[in-house]
Amino acid sequence: MNPDSIFNSLDISHYIYLSSVLFCIGLFGVLTRRNAIVLLMCIELMLNAVNLLFVAFSSYIGDSAGQLFVFFIMVVAAAEAAVGLAIIVMIYRNTKSTDVGLFDKLKG
Amino acid sequence: MNILFVILLSPFFGFLFSGLAGKYLSEKLTGWISSLSILISFIISLFVFRGLGSGTAVYESTGFTFLSVGDVFVDFAIQTDRLTSIMMLVITGIGFLIHVYSIAYMHGDAGFYKFFAYLNLFVFNMLVLVMGSNFLMLFFGWEGVGLCSYLLIGFWYRNSEYGKAARKAFIMNRIGDLGLLFGLFLVIANCKSLNYLDVFAAARSGAMSTELINAICISFFIGAIGKSAQIPLYTWLPDAMAGPTPVSALIHAATMVTAGVYLVVRCNVLFEMAPATQQLILWVGLATSILAAVIGLKQNDIKKVLAYSTVSQLGLMFIALGVGAYSAAMFHLVTHAFFKALLFLGSGSVIHGMGGEQDIRKMGGLKTHMPITYYTFLIGTLAISGMPLLSGFFSKDEILAMVFTEQPVVWFVAVCSALITGMYMFRVFMVTFLGGFRGTEDQKNHLHESPALITIPLLMLAVLSVAGGALNLPELFSHEYSQWLKNWLAPVLGTSQSSLHHPSHQTEWILLGIAVGVFVAAWLFTRNKYIAESSVPESDDEMHGLAKWTAGKFFVDELYDDVIVKNSEKAGSMLTKADIGIFSGIMDWVSAGISWISGLFGKVQNGRIHYYLLYMVMGIILMLVINIFR
Repeated sequence: MNPDSIFNSLDISHYIYLSSVLFCIGLFGVLTRRNAIVLLMCIELMLNAVNLLFVAFSSYIGDSAGQLFVFFIMVVAAAEAAVGLAIIVMIYRNTKSTDVGLFDKLKG
Repeated sequence: MNILFVILLSPFFGFLFSGLAGKYLSEKLTGWISSLSILISFIISLFVFRGLGSGTAVYESTGFTFLSVGDVFVDFAIQTDRLTSIMMLVITGIGFLIHVYSIAYMHGDAGFYKFFAYLNLFVFNMLVLVMGSNFLMLFFGWEGVGLCSYLLIGFWYRNSEYGKAARKAFIMNRIGDLGLLFGLFLVIANCKSLNYLDVFAAARSGAMSTELINAICISFFIGAIGKSAQIPLYTWLPDAMAGPTPVSALIHAATMVTAGVYLVVRCNVLFEMAPATQQLILWVGLATSILAAVIGLKQNDIKKVLAYSTVSQLGLMFIALGVGAYSAAMFHLVTHAFFKALLFLGSGSVIHGMGGEQDIRKMGGLKTHMPITYYTFLIGTLAISGMPLLSGFFSKDEILAMVFTEQPVVWFVAVCSALITGMYMFRVFMVTFLGGFRGTEDQKNHLHESPALITIPLLMLAVLSVAGGALNLPELFSHEYSQWLKNWLAPVLGTSQSSLHHPSHQTEWILLGIAVGVFVAAWLFTRNKYIAESSVPESDDEMHGLAKWTAGKFFVDELYDDVIVKNSEKAGSMLTKADIGIFSGIMDWVSAGISWISGLFGKVQNGRIHYYLLYMVMGIILMLVINIFR
């Protein structure tokens, strides 16, 4: 079976369900987990949920602008991951922990 | 632009130069450039004065619009007429001599450049005062000289007493200024213009009622009372002696304090139409003249005596203004400027030689040590006491003769005042210069004649004090050259003076005789007391009764202190309490409430990243919900 036909046979609503589920999983992770690395991964998950939605709608409407945005988001996400991981490494070196609950020095 | 502006701006640039660059230049350079800027004004004033000689012309020049409110426009405009030219010559001429004198007197002072900057600024403001062609210019100069007076009285600001004296002068002047300002408001409201010519024309045309003119004149006179140190605002002038002596000579004797006299002479048209105010001026002047003279009798600070003498002489000028003898008042203003500047500069020379001592009881016998100062001071003393043929004799006699025909009672009191003037001046002179030296050995070794920069201005002023009477000789002496000043001022004074009766020649000879008699009596009395008995004024502890009252200046200062100053302070402290209790209290409550509320919201920012993320998510959800249900 041609893989293309599988994708074509799927309705746009399936993509929306999938990306919503992915987004909510990411959001749930961000709000509940304490490990900074997991937090970062959850943010990536949310971003990719949005990416999936972009691509799906791009194909559905027949406009390539959505796919262009996906590339932008991927570039930004890569940069964010690099900076975020670097910060986490520095934090780990100083505190021997990646628990975000410990970092409350900026409280008002 | 016009040559008149050069007269005005030359001292102003002198002020800028000394004030900005003087700090980095040598004393000599700063001092001489400042003096030069005044000399330039003086020379141009001379030319302007000569130019005026031919006719009754008035030079006018307009700079720019000073003020435009509604339908009232006031220009920064200056004018020169015959009255102004006399004032200009006095201000710049005596001002120049005092500048030169100050170069030596202020030598070595840390604020040397500042002193000259202030002096130049003062001359500028004084010129604005007399040269302005409208009341706003006059007010500008009026406030300006007040400011300079304040700055210079408190020149040695490290001494807190001097600072207090400066503040006293400033505040008392403000009281007078308020009167002047009120008069200006009345003029604006009724004439829609502040130009002298417009206002006087409106007054002549009968557009203003007598009550209104009286109100304006009384307001102006209140201003004059403050500036010219008359009762009840005279107490600032003796305290103003805290300033350096050249300042006392220039500002508090020769020029600034005569601004009130100038104001009344300038507005003679108005004052002639307000006989009630004239009466007030007459009696205030008379009371001031006699009171200040009596106080002067018992003062032992050489400058204080001269200060009370100034107040007394100003009173005499106001007597002349009160009877409408404007030219006589101007005559006395000019001669007084000569001999009082001379006396003050002479006293400065004495203080300089004595190393700062001002108490005449600790002087004595300075004749041999300071001959030039001695002779010039003698001339000043003789001139002010009315020695025949010296300037003071003629100017005082002119006033007395005018008063005699108008108000014989006033004349009698004024003669008494003249007698006392002679007594206290001879007292100061004899105690200071004659007899034996009563200071310390150190002071005796230090004693020396002052340098040429001090003695030359003294000599020049001495010549003027002797010859100043030639300005306005009485008709008795010569028909050809008599009454020059009166004729010179006639176009300015217009019809204001024509109603005055000059006494008959016979009466005038008798009055002259009385004046000579008064002079001789004063001399004999004082000579008897201080030379024949060679007594020294008693120390403060020995005084009792009337003498103590007089030496204490009749405790007017203390009275003002108790009645006005203390009560003002009480009211002030009560208002402060109200301020702190009510207004500050409300503000404190408001700010405390705001910081309590912000404390509530501050708890939201607890530093935990999960909460922040939660807020963010909740915010996004909120926005979505709002978007859906909108």
